[in-house]
Amino acid sequence: MAAPLKVACVEIGRVPIALSTCDDRFLDLLRQRYDGFLSSSPHEFELEFDLADTGPVSDDDVRVRREGDEWLLERGDFCARWNPRTGQGRVRQNANPYSLDSVLRILHSLILAERGGFLLHAASAICDGRAYLFSGVSGAGKTTMTRLAPADITLLTDEISYLRPSADGYAAYGTPFAGELARAGENCAAPVSALFFLEQGPENRVDELTSAEAVRRLMRNILFFAEDHGLMEKLLATACDFVARVPIRRLTFYPDSRVWELVRNFDRDFERNLDRNSPGVPEHA
Amino acid sequence: MPENCIYIARSSAIAARALAGEMMVMNSADSTFFTLNEVATAIFQAADGHTPLREIVREKICAQFDVDPEQAQADAEQFVAELSGHGVLIVSNQPLATEAP
Repeated sequence: MAAPLKVACVEIGRVPIALSTCDDRFLDLLRQRYDGFLSSSPHEFELEFDLADTGPVSDDDVRVRREGDEWLLERGDFCARWNPRTGQGRVRQNANPYSLDSVLRILHSLILAERGGFLLHAASAICDGRAYLFSGVSGAGKTTMTRLAPADITLLTDEISYLRPSADGYAAYGTPFAGELARAGENCAAPVSALFFLEQGPENRVDELTSAEAVRRLMRNILFFAEDHGLMEKLLATACDFVARVPIRRLTFYPDSRVWELVRNFDRDFERNLDRNSPGVPEHA
Repeated sequence: MPENCIYIARSSAIAARALAGEMMVMNSADSTFFTLNEVATAIFQAADGHTPLREIVREKICAQFDVDPEQAQADAEQFVAELSGHGVLIVSNQPLATEAP
């Protein structure tokens, strides 16, 4: 007789997903890995894990495509099927936590794309009640920014930011997906104040980007794997909406703690510039 | 192929969106991304598969922008060649059915 399924519900970005397995050790692994994101909420989606000897972890060969009503997620180390209509899916993978992370990230990217949100290759943190995002290519300084953060900053993630539309813009949520810092983010959320594309340089400065350049950089850093034209169209529409509603800047920074003063003052300076450029407001009021 | 017989249509594999006066075009097949200026956007939007490129240049470019007609035609052909090379536009010497996504 097969061992009974045991379930842990992991809620990231207000999306509770039940992860079920017959394997006690795997259940312990995922409870430890997603500690802080375990939830007692009724699950919205469900993944059942079937552990097997699969191939090694590799980021190069991931494929995500529709097959009938289901999404088929394939990489050397896992194969998953998920039906968005029923919300249920099955995953065949080994007990590697990196495979588990990858399956969850892909699933969230599909769910978010339908809901006007996205996962972004970016660090994010809450400062004075507002979320700031730091994106860029590997080595641009995402982890450095989080390491330099003052003590009162709440880290949402140093690797994968979780973004959803909200009434007044977008909100950033903490994720357990860690990068070099090897530390999960806090399970909390805040309205997004700005997205910075990072570059390291000899001084700290913030420069504007054209809308087209902002969309181009944003699309380059969104985690999206699906071979699906309709979803790609939605994602481009979401990226354009994000650029229209959230200030996006290039942040050149010298890696010491002073850069956070620039970030902390961004809202104040941004509001001041808005006032200055607003018609009807005297320039020197 | 005679110049006046070029027909162009937008590929069904692309996603496009206008923002702040510019057209953003993404090819979902290989995730390449293009930003089109005002003139290029006019050609892109007129690429219905059955209007000859020369007519598009005459009606949508020369009539609306201060350009030399021969230069405009040459620039349009170069633009069409570049985008068709990336699979964004389909080119034919016969009218094309616009691909349904």
